[in-house]
Amino acid sequence: MNFSQKNKLTAAYFFLAPALSAIFVFFFIPVIAAFFISFTDFDIYSLSNYSNARFVGLKNYISLIEDPLFWQALKNTFFYVIIAGPLSIIVSLLAALLLNSKLVRFKSIFRLTYFLPVVTTLIAVSIIWRFIYHPKFGILNYLLDLFGINSIDWLGDPNLALPAIILMSVWKNFGYNMIIFIAGLQNIPEYLYEAAELEGASYWQQLKSITIPMLAPTTLFISIITMIGFFQLFAEPYVMTQGGPINSTLSVVLYMYNEGFRWWNMGYSAAIAFVLFIIIFVATLIQFKVQKVNEAIE
Amino acid sequence: MIKKIILYIILIITALVTVTPFIWMISASFMTDGEASVYPPNFLPSSFFWGQYKLLFTRLNVASNFFNSLFLSLIVTIISIFLNSMAGYAFAKFKFKNRDKIFNLLLSSMIIPAQVTMLPLFLMLKNLGLINTYMAIIIPGLANIFGIFLIRQYVVSIPDSLIEAARIDGATEFQIYYKIIMPLAKPILVTLGLFTFMGVWNDFLWPLIALTDNSMYTLPVALANLMGEHTKDPELMMAGSVITIIPVIVVFLVLQRYYIKGIMMGSIKG
Repeated sequence: MNFSQKNKLTAAYFFLAPALSAIFVFFFIPVIAAFFISFTDFDIYSLSNYSNARFVGLKNYISLIEDPLFWQALKNTFFYVIIAGPLSIIVSLLAALLLNSKLVRFKSIFRLTYFLPVVTTLIAVSIIWRFIYHPKFGILNYLLDLFGINSIDWLGDPNLALPAIILMSVWKNFGYNMIIFIAGLQNIPEYLYEAAELEGASYWQQLKSITIPMLAPTTLFISIITMIGFFQLFAEPYVMTQGGPINSTLSVVLYMYNEGFRWWNMGYSAAIAFVLFIIIFVATLIQFKVQKVNEAIE
Repeated sequence: MIKKIILYIILIITALVTVTPFIWMISASFMTDGEASVYPPNFLPSSFFWGQYKLLFTRLNVASNFFNSLFLSLIVTIISIFLNSMAGYAFAKFKFKNRDKIFNLLLSSMIIPAQVTMLPLFLMLKNLGLINTYMAIIIPGLANIFGIFLIRQYVVSIPDSLIEAARIDGATEFQIYYKIIMPLAKPILVTLGLFTFMGVWNDFLWPLIALTDNSMYTLPVALANLMGEHTKDPELMMAGSVITIIPVIVVFLVLQRYYIKGIMMGSIKG
């Protein structure tokens, strides 16, 4: 190794050190610590003196399995991810297809408008929607009333509160994936459509045999980031319903927050966080596998 | 022609659905107490009433929350731009042992939800006496993996010859980073800055955990806290939402092309 190479290596470490040590100390160590805490009974007494926490083995995880509230939170979160995820992706794709149409002008204005909810503060948006959903004075019920639909207690009905949150999430998020889909659509070579046109393929045939397959990698990426994001549902139920009515909107992260930072059952809370991590990890693996199988079939 | 009209109708309806909540928010924020709690709802205030904003900035002291949000968003943005760009540059242009392994490890750890780190991070910062201080927000935002990835992807495309030429001219390694890489990477730095700024401004869960005093709260936490006591005051809550939302919308509108480009870059090889 000559002098200049050694010099370069020193420079590389100098550039890397601040960011990597920050990530190591404030991200990786906490992840490992959370793993250990999840095997302890860390609670409010341990908070004043960390050494009060004792190793309890798998107790937290076993309690979780026996905890109906945790199952409720899991069920709600899965319902939310499974409905809101595909729904928002379909809306994103439709919006992208519309905005990619050659017939449309003022594309950038529409695109900008659809994107606005994405950048706005989730908490503020949740508060706005809480009033929009107001059973007596909300504008949604007013609009439905114009069509002869009687007033609905969106957030007060255990069967409707989670769907109401899903509706808001789709509204808030579809613009993000729309942008990615537009980029994906623009990457599909024009000649494919020209050839299909020559063979007399209809719009739907082109959509089915060119657009959708060519978008597969984009769709995989979008499904994964959307799913990871949606599993972390928290702010919407926190301000719109506090998890109610009768726990119908309690999400895993909300439950984790309540256990950890409201009741200070931090060992238990860490176990919840880890279960969430494992679920996200497995779900991501499944998405990759499904994609591979699809590719093999084609 | 008919096809075109249908297309526009769908696009316009979607646009209306998208903006109506914001228009109602702005409109209701200028209403007097109770004006937004009637049926049928008022879509416009009877007169421009500034009282809700006045109340927020006087008795409810939202000015300090606004300052906290602005200050923290800016400081985290500035620090993280430097830290992430240095690391991104190193991953893009230097050869060192296990470089690709470390980079891939970082990328795959992006799947770990931030909530996992929050309990230990809280305990760690509590031990250091940093809970309920600005540092509690700044420290976890110092560097982030997505930022490093974004910079690396961009800097990779800067020709090596530029860097080599500067070395031959006797530039120090830090000068190369600061005087050559940083100016060339400006578009991606703006993108990263924008992402970071908005991320900190909009963040809720961590500030909710790490800040415990009303005077330390960022806007979203202050707003959620206010909502607890003012569930029956939509006018006041909408004024609070306007104050929280308008700054991010303005920043976004000014720098939107950088934002959109960032999303696309993130999606290419994510």
